Amino acid sequence: MDVTHALAAGMGGIRTAGDLVARMQMSRGMRLKEAKEFVAGRLGCGVRDLSDSYAMEQLRGELGLGRILDHSNLHPGEPNAMYAKFRIAELLGLRINSVERFKDLAGL
Amino acid sequence: MEPKIPTRMGDGFMVEMTRSELRADIEAATAEAARKAKCPPLTAGELDHLLDIYASPASFTAVDIGDQVVLSCDGGGSKMTGTDLQDLLESEQRLGQDILELWHIEYSYKAIKTILPFQQQLMQNAQLMLTAPIQYGAQPNLAFYSKPDGPADNWFELLPQGRIAEAKAAIDEAMEHATKDFVYVSDGMMEAGADGMDFDTTGGAGDADLFSTLRAVKHVRERWPEAGIEVGMAGEFVIGVHGELEWEGRRLAGMWPKDQLEVAQDAGATLFGPAVNIRTSKSCAWNAAFSLTVMKPCMDVARIPVHPNVGQGVCGVPVNGYPGEDASSRAAKACVEILRCDGL
Repeated sequence: MDVTHALAAGMGGIRTAGDLVARMQMSRGMRLKEAKEFVAGRLGCGVRDLSDSYAMEQLRGELGLGRILDHSNLHPGEPNAMYAKFRIAELLGLRINSVERFKDLAGL
Repeated sequence: MEPKIPTRMGDGFMVEMTRSELRADIEAATAEAARKAKCPPLTAGELDHLLDIYASPASFTAVDIGDQVVLSCDGGGSKMTGTDLQDLLESEQRLGQDILELWHIEYSYKAIKTILPFQQQLMQNAQLMLTAPIQYGAQPNLAFYSKPDGPADNWFELLPQGRIAEAKAAIDEAMEHATKDFVYVSDGMMEAGADGMDFDTTGGAGDADLFSTLRAVKHVRERWPEAGIEVGMAGEFVIGVHGELEWEGRRLAGMWPKDQLEVAQDAGATLFGPAVNIRTSKSCAWNAAFSLTVMKPCMDVARIPVHPNVGQGVCGVPVNGYPGEDASSRAAKACVEILRCDGL
């Protein structure tokens, strides 16, 4: 069922910009249209591009926002996971809780 | 002779119906929903659109390109991939989920309280490994605070005996314990780096279940201003087990989704998940029409994203463990295209 909903209606998570739009919904309570327009504005792309895995793979790579990793798409030396979340926080102007925790615990 | 179209009942059983029969189901459902929830029925255009979604033999359907919505996946993953961390990685890297959720199989705040450090460590580790937001989720389950599972007298035994005052006192006692647990777990998970909290299946034990959750939501919003807070409901109608509980002057008992949304957003939630329970003896088309009708009033008053629950047995998805992708995808498409919801 998770797969069904992901294919039928989901934005695509980090394959696209689903995680970024989700962060604006979670942290700012933005409705979908507002959240998509905000993220598209920050990325400098169109709203439709946000759920286009082709367009977003390029953009996420260029901006270091983390991408799906598999045997044919490996990006050593490129930000992912916590590294990418530092960049996402800066891009979206958000205080991401885990990033702040990382700074505290790492003594940064 | 009108052709038959394969479609499903609310329990998942596949049947065949004509387009006319499906239309009749949809029209009957929206009329019944409007009468019960005292809201407008779906418009003629919406009914036509819903009929087009359901009167199709396609094995799968989907929203249009660009219309995709955010998926908040309460209780996502399988718990059978080895570890919670692997489960979350798979959900992010393979399923493309937008909001991930760390959860424990004892999906209740009362139980989680006893293993909080274990869940905190998992959250901290997961946050290092994943990019997508991770919330922590569990259910309020107020009934667990009554005897024999909890400390308060059992109001479900007292009420049928007519011992109303004692039952209400027991509910009040249970709510105090419950809110403390919700706050304790929420603070603990946010301190471990969670992106937000999910109060899943809220109202399952009635108005007191919802009230004790709203108090916790208010606390989390005040202490963690940027936390995601999802309030997902247990059903379309808040049962008045206590009967007199109010949130900022609004009686909780008897609330339908629009009113549920309003108290949730006023308390500080940033995501609201309405749920409409399936009628197993009705077709999925009937269930979708009923669900959309009672949820639609939310969309005009929402200041926060609305993510209808489309898990097993709610909002048009059959109640069986493996709902057919034909039925699940139709429910998702109907919610997105007719409600114009913000997520699922």
